[in-house]
Amino acid sequence: MEPKKILAIASGGGHWVQLMRLRPAFAGHRASFVTVNPTYRGDVGSSPFYVVSDATRWNKIGLARLALQLAWILLRERPHVVVSTGAAPGFIGILLAKSIGARTVWIDSIANVERLSLSGERVGRFVDLWLTQWPHLARPMGPAFEGSVL
Amino acid sequence: MIFVTVGAQMPFDRLVRGVDEWALRQGRSDAFAQIGPTDWHPRHIAWTKFLDQSEFREKVRSATAIVAHAGMGSIITAREMGKPILVMPRRGDLQETRNDHQVATARIFREFGWVAVALDERELDARLDELSTLTASGALAPQASDRLISALRGFIDGARATTHTPNDPLRKKFSRPKSDGNSYISRARNIR
Repeated sequence: MEPKKILAIASGGGHWVQLMRLRPAFAGHRASFVTVNPTYRGDVGSSPFYVVSDATRWNKIGLARLALQLAWILLRERPHVVVSTGAAPGFIGILLAKSIGARTVWIDSIANVERLSLSGERVGRFVDLWLTQWPHLARPMGPAFEGSVL
Repeated sequence: MIFVTVGAQMPFDRLVRGVDEWALRQGRSDAFAQIGPTDWHPRHIAWTKFLDQSEFREKVRSATAIVAHAGMGSIITAREMGKPILVMPRRGDLQETRNDHQVATARIFREFGWVAVALDERELDARLDELSTLTASGALAPQASDRLISALRGFIDGARATTHTPNDPLRKKFSRPKSDGNSYISRARNIR
């Protein structure tokens, strides 16, 4: 199997901790990482590592800057696959990934026990593999349940 | 050392103050709190606003117990290092986070036996008194479930068809499910 380029995106805290637990799935491929906290660099060894601004959906200027940063990273890395555990950076990254022909995965955070996150709900229209980590939140037309980060 | 952590995004003074006052009453000087962006400061325990990743992991590693908001970063890191953890969920109505998702997180992981839970300051006092008897339920392997890893691998290798058809008009029929109280907890036992 030809190694693929993977861009893995997560914001801070639990999103990042969950993304780190997916790394065995990237073995044999070339993964790059995007997050919001420069001190996470030590978690990914020699893999390419990018820091973007930590915007929320309430901050329009921050979101625009975040989109520009992500577009630049996508053009530079040209990933085959974009994977995110949320939140805003992953949502925007997945939207932009379409334009370079990447296939995309959203894994909604396991913190969303009662309902999907807002980003996780909206990303469903755009993403190729749409997953929740709770069986009771899976629906016939997605998201699907395929195990959890635990 | 008891390590108190509230994450980097928002303050959670209600939790830190509870531990601070408990430490004074019990004469405990072995707590350290990461309190986030707040102007209120503890008076009886050591604290810092933020920790970088290596400092954070070192604090968890050297702690005997973790006291935290019900954030997945705190819960998973404590479990990966085999540390017992007591959580108090942030509340949406007090603007401690955007909604009550931490209350649901706390309840379901208590059901799994992963965390002790204090739903308010009164319970926090009682749970802190019992903290020395709290034990971790073994260390968590540092990776996702085999099922999720292989689903992802299959997708990356291109062997797996997409789970749904993007932009399928049928999906509009399936609206957001309403919260059904705690009834999902019994169905959520196996998430691997």
